[in-house]
Amino acid sequence: MKYSIALRTIIVKEIFRFVRIWPQTLLPPAITTALYFLIFGKLIGDRIGTVNGATYMDYIVPGIILMSVISHSYANVVSSFYSTKFQRNIEELLVAPVPSWVILSGYVSGGIIRGLLVGLVVALISMLFDDIVINNLTITLSVAVLTATLFSLAGFINALLAESFDDISIIPNFVLTPLSYLGGVFYSVDMLPGIWQTLSKGNPILYMINAFRFGLIGVTDVNIEVAYIITGGFIVLLALLSLLLLHKGVGIKN
Amino acid sequence: MNALSIRNLRKTYNNGFEALKGIDLDVEEGDFFALLGPNGAGKSTAIGIISSLVNSSSGLVSIFGHNLKTDLSRAKSCLGMVPQEVNFNQFDTVRSIVMNQAGYYGMARKLANQRTEYCLKQMDLWDKRDTVSRRLSGGMKRRVMIARAMVHAPKLLILDEPTAGVDIEIRRSMWKMMQSLNESGTTIILTTHYLEEAESLCRNIAIIDQGKIVEHSDMASLLARINIEHFVLDLAEPLDKPPIIPGYQIERVADKVLNVEVPKKMGLNGLFVQLSALNIKVLSLKNKSNRLEQLFMDLIDTSTAG
Repeated sequence: MKYSIALRTIIVKEIFRFVRIWPQTLLPPAITTALYFLIFGKLIGDRIGTVNGATYMDYIVPGIILMSVISHSYANVVSSFYSTKFQRNIEELLVAPVPSWVILSGYVSGGIIRGLLVGLVVALISMLFDDIVINNLTITLSVAVLTATLFSLAGFINALLAESFDDISIIPNFVLTPLSYLGGVFYSVDMLPGIWQTLSKGNPILYMINAFRFGLIGVTDVNIEVAYIITGGFIVLLALLSLLLLHKGVGIKN
Repeated sequence: MNALSIRNLRKTYNNGFEALKGIDLDVEEGDFFALLGPNGAGKSTAIGIISSLVNSSSGLVSIFGHNLKTDLSRAKSCLGMVPQEVNFNQFDTVRSIVMNQAGYYGMARKLANQRTEYCLKQMDLWDKRDTVSRRLSGGMKRRVMIARAMVHAPKLLILDEPTAGVDIEIRRSMWKMMQSLNESGTTIILTTHYLEEAESLCRNIAIIDQGKIVEHSDMASLLARINIEHFVLDLAEPLDKPPIIPGYQIERVADKVLNVEVPKKMGLNGLFVQLSALNIKVLSLKNKSNRLEQLFMDLIDTSTAG
């Protein structure tokens, strides 16, 4: 393929970037999630009992893994692409014959790879506290990949539109983190009172976490097909928006 | 064939500022071309549009016949760009900066390795290939950008103030390098504030001011338009007052130093005959100001007044 070398170059560069700074990118989620598993899963979880037939530790493991995938795929693209803009390295790509879709695919691939790698690290940590037998590997992997893709795209758009380092922390802090915590990582939506249950179902992250939980332990609050449709729909929407912004040069030209 | 052809290029920024007011420009293949202008004249905008970093409002740009709007990929393949400010990732090594750029141009790894080695050796940077770029000196960083721009062997190389802020030794080595690139067939467009640099390197010139091309000609005929040249004479003996010689404006600036305005039609021989007759011995003579600088200022003044 004509642009495969350019695409590979961007992906390899992105992987080297987050591997080079592994104490900032791969180590913190291992420590944070180990604490989650210890405090919420072991110490508190043993007193909670079961949720939808699963032990509390089993119940929270998928949510914590996917929450890590979400935050790290987003963080990778938003910080990498914004730094590229800020240091003006983006000009290296803009002067070269690299089409917008290759730039987008390269950065999003970097985000997906880091998201999945962090997910794997967290999954390995969880094995120190819990024994999980995967219910459906295809669903588990596909939901992880699709979720990482979706949030890498979101991170890319954030980076394109950001004009300062503050702008790349607003969405993760004030939108992503609350939506992840309220997306059923630690509880089932069935445990919420009426209106909050309805409101929670408007949170797309709830569908992804539950689909992933179904893949991993066979427990879900939502319809899996709806979860795939929502995730796929958002991916198409954000990919088209990213390409449009890149084509117009929003945030990177002039 | 023209290496670069620009027709009626306009750019109005979102804040309403009209940076380019319909410029036309042709640069022939193989040329060493100077694009000059004061700060804010529109040079950077023009270069930004040519190198796809800025969207034009209207107009046509083609590089070696490839239209930027309809044949962007091929147009970009012909162009190498050395920006004014360092714009590579300062945490990358010298080699990876150049190798990555080769990758963006679709160069296979083996060829990319060969070209990277060649370009870094050309820029005298091969010994620094594994050095993290932020540890390089300013002159080396500029040479990294030139190596990066050259890695895909572009037919047209644009250098945007490549010698700004570098010491005279590095500047001279960069002049030599640019001349050698040009002799090997690369068309070069140079922007610079050092007008003696443009005068000594470039064959053709365009001067841009307030978004318009105010001069576009060959260097020789532009310099031929100079009617008066300024010289500084160092004398053997001190003088109390400047000598009066018809046809020449002479000013005493120190005991043993005179400034002389010499009209081109008068020449220097007549001046020396008269000075000898007055028993004034001249030890040395030099041009007071750069010739192109004088013309540049005249053109910019005319453009501003107009």
